[in-house]
Formats: sequence, C-alpha cells, structure tokens
Amino acid sequence: MAKLKEKAQLMSAQDLKRVIRRIANEIVERNKGTEKMILVGIHRRGVYLARRIQKIIEEVEGVKIPCGELDITLYRDDLTTLFEQPMVHSTRMPQDISGQNLYLIDDVLYTGRTVRAALEALVDLGRSSQVQLAVIIDRGHRELPIHADICGKYVPTSSDEVIEVKVSEIDGKDEVVICERDA
Amino acid sequence: MNVMPSETGQIVWRHRNVIDLDNWTKEDLYFLLDQARHMENVMDRPIKKVPVLRGKMCVNLFFENSTRTRVSFELAEKMLSADVVNWSVTGSSFAKGETMRDTAWTLEAMGADIVVMRHGSVGAAQYLASKLKRAIVLNAGDGTHAHPTQALLDLYTAWKHLGDLNGKRIALVGDVLHSRVARSDVIAFKTIGCDVVLSGPPTMMPRDVEALGCRYEKDPRKAVEGADMVYLLRIQKERQQDGLFPSVDEYHKWWGADNKLMSYAKPDALVMHPGPINRGVEIASEIADGHQSVILEQVRSGVAIRMALLYLCGGGVR
Repeated sequence: MAKLKEKAQLMSAQDLKRVIRRIANEIVERNKGTEKMILVGIHRRGVYLARRIQKIIEEVEGVKIPCGELDITLYRDDLTTLFEQPMVHSTRMPQDISGQNLYLIDDVLYTGRTVRAALEALVDLGRSSQVQLAVIIDRGHRELPIHADICGKYVPTSSDEVIEVKVSEIDGKDEVVICERDA
Repeated sequence: MNVMPSETGQIVWRHRNVIDLDNWTKEDLYFLLDQARHMENVMDRPIKKVPVLRGKMCVNLFFENSTRTRVSFELAEKMLSADVVNWSVTGSSFAKGETMRDTAWTLEAMGADIVVMRHGSVGAAQYLASKLKRAIVLNAGDGTHAHPTQALLDLYTAWKHLGDLNGKRIALVGDVLHSRVARSDVIAFKTIGCDVVLSGPPTMMPRDVEALGCRYEKDPRKAVEGADMVYLLRIQKERQQDGLFPSVDEYHKWWGADNKLMSYAKPDALVMHPGPINRGVEIASEIADGHQSVILEQVRSGVAIRMALLYLCGGGVR
C-alpha cells in the first residue's frame, strides 16, 4: 500500500467537536425530537462518532438514545476482487430496529459503496421506518446514487487524496486531515 | 483477546487450505476464534444469512458417512450464501472406479470453489488439494489423521467458557489411537498453551505419547485431577471385537465419565464430546445432561467456526 503524506489539516479537535455537535442537533431536529431514534455507527470510526453524538443528545435533551454498531465487511461488493479477506468486526444493535428511525453515522462519504453495504446489512436486521445518513466529510466521487442527509463539511478532493478523520479513541487525537498518496 | 486487529482492519490469512493444524500458530488460532464470534452473531439474527460467499460453489464430498459434520458445513455454507452441492459416495462415479485425481479435475471443471472432504484414508485431503488448481480444500476428517474443524470448534467452545486458555488443564479420555479428533485436539490445545493429559486403555494409546507433548495417565482419576475441561472421545463399539477392551460395561466402569470421576476435576470443569455420544459407555447420562456439559454448545460452535473458516479461506481472489 502506498504511503500517505499529510497535506493539510481540515479540522482541528475544536472544529471537529463543533461539527459533531451540529450534526447531533440536526439529527434531533430532523427526527422532531428523540422518539424512535437509533444511532448506528459504521465500523470503525463511525462507532465512536455515534457514541459522541449520543452523549451530546443526552446532555441537551436528557434522553439516552440507543446506539448500535454495524460492521459491513460481510456485505462488501469488492470481496471477490481482494486478495486478502478483511477482518470481521462486531455488529450489535441495542434493540429491534423494526419501525425505528435509524441515523447511520460514518466519518467520510466517498464512493457510497460502504453506505450501500450498510443499507443491505440493515435490511437483514429488520424493517426500519427510515434510514438517514450523517457524515463528517463528504469528499465527492460517488459511484452510486447515495447522498448524505446531514454533512459536516463538503470537501472537493482528487482521487489521489485521502481524507482521514481521526478520533482519540483509535488515533490518539481528534482532527481531520487531507493526505496525498506518495507515488 | 491475544490478537489485536491491525490498524487497517486487514490481516494476512496465510492458510489457503485447511488440512491439519500442525502449521497453525497461536495467533492464527486466536484470530479465527475472534472471527467465529462475529459469525455466531449472524446465527442469532432473524435473517440468518450474509451475502459474503454469494456466487461461490461449495462441494461437500463425503466418502464416509457423517451427517453431523456435513450438515454443519452445509449450514455454514448456506448462511454465507454459497451454492451448495452434496456429493456422497454412494452411487457416485467414485464407486464406479474413478480415481480421486479424476474426481478432483471433474469438480474443478464444474466450477467448484471450495471442496469440503471427508475420507477414510490418511492424507486424502492433502492429495486432493495437490490436484486442485483453483479450488481450496477444507478437511472434514481423513482417516485417523486429522479433523481440524472439530478441534477448532472444541477450542472455540472452551475459549468462550474459560477465556484465556494459556495454562489451562485439559484431560482427553478414550481411544486416542484411532481418533483423528484426539490428534487434532492435542495439536490445537497444545499450540494455544494448554496442558493436555491423555487417559484410556493402554491398548488405545499411541506408542509415543510423549512425542505429542502430552502425559499419559492410565488412571483417569489422575488424568482429570484439577482439569478445567474433560474431553471424552467416542468409543467405537467395534473395537471391542478387536480385543482392545474387554466389554462396554468394563470400559464404562474404568474410563467412563460419571459424577464420581468428575469429582476429581475442578468443580466447574467443562465436559466436552465430539458426538454422537454413547450413553453408558464413555459418558454417563448424569454427566451428558448435567450442568457441566457443553456438548450441544459444541454443535452450535461448529457452525460458527466453519463459517469463519469458509470466509477466511474461501472468499477473495485466488
């Protein structure tokens, strides 16, 4: 795999915190309250982002929203083209998702293939009332008709670039950076 | 968990075929156990199916009867959305004198991606794998050699109950000599760091027990003393005719697991058995149905562990 060279910081820890707070508020606004709401984080960073959103909503609304985690590995459409199999992570839903409003949380929206896989995985878990998508960064280059309902920031990129949303739970610090593949 | 997921979520899974466990490391074993845990999670869902092996063809090639192992593999294959073909020896071209090499080529010509094979001869799985260019082989038992998926499901079941298996004491009681299950279990439990003690009639012990890295105790009470898990091997009643033990009752009296024998093990020691069980021979009903028995859990573990193996070995480009 080509090495990544960091080009610029797109968000500081403080910026990221504000964006997550705004996304949390937008989710509650769209849902018209906290009824029937389930937050679903996509592995791996989406899980931690969803937990932070859960915490903010709890602080503001005084309600602890159920928060699940979704691993899409077994639903990927590129498995037959990969040489090595990716590792499977856990999928856990706090309750039956049937009839609930799901808010899918991920760090970066790019080709849309992860979200497609996530939607298929959710269908197998039950018939939810609706699914909405919230992401920190939308970097364009969609390959499928998928869009984010809530987006932290739209960042036009070239396909040589990579956006990294870092969360302290995995990366030791919070920030968003844009990197370039070192040729 | 002894193996941490890598930063990219990618691991290098180096086992293309699963013939035996003698070339597996402790890390390989723990990685598989972790993946099996997520596969078991799929079994609890309302829709017990994920699309990961969609379009892959699995052939279950059984030269020996084994309903349990075959059904377990078949369930695992179906839960991963593979296409499943069951090829049993009765009425097949093999009975008409086809060689295994030709069978291998026929399977490949039909587009098989994964072949699960049970065969009565030692080395059959290895031979089949060497003749296949594209398809992979999962050994479902070859003669008295190996039964890797059984050992892996045993390991998984023990791990779920006992946690870190390093230094845990395992007693394996029964016909070790004729048992591929025993051989694979010894390798798996030793590799992961367990202390394995064997027991059973001396006529049913391999000559070089020490070469397996195990201790032999003729007296099963000594073997199970302080054990965290007691594993009972199935006694083939035909062996009595071979003169390996005097009678079924005699065997049960000496080596069968009952409350008395289990009182020598740790109070909450697990009881495992590869099935099908012979009540009143290697195991008394009071133990088979008792609170320490995880025999039915082993059956469930079998599906999860086979799903994990099929996924890791059978997916992707080869």
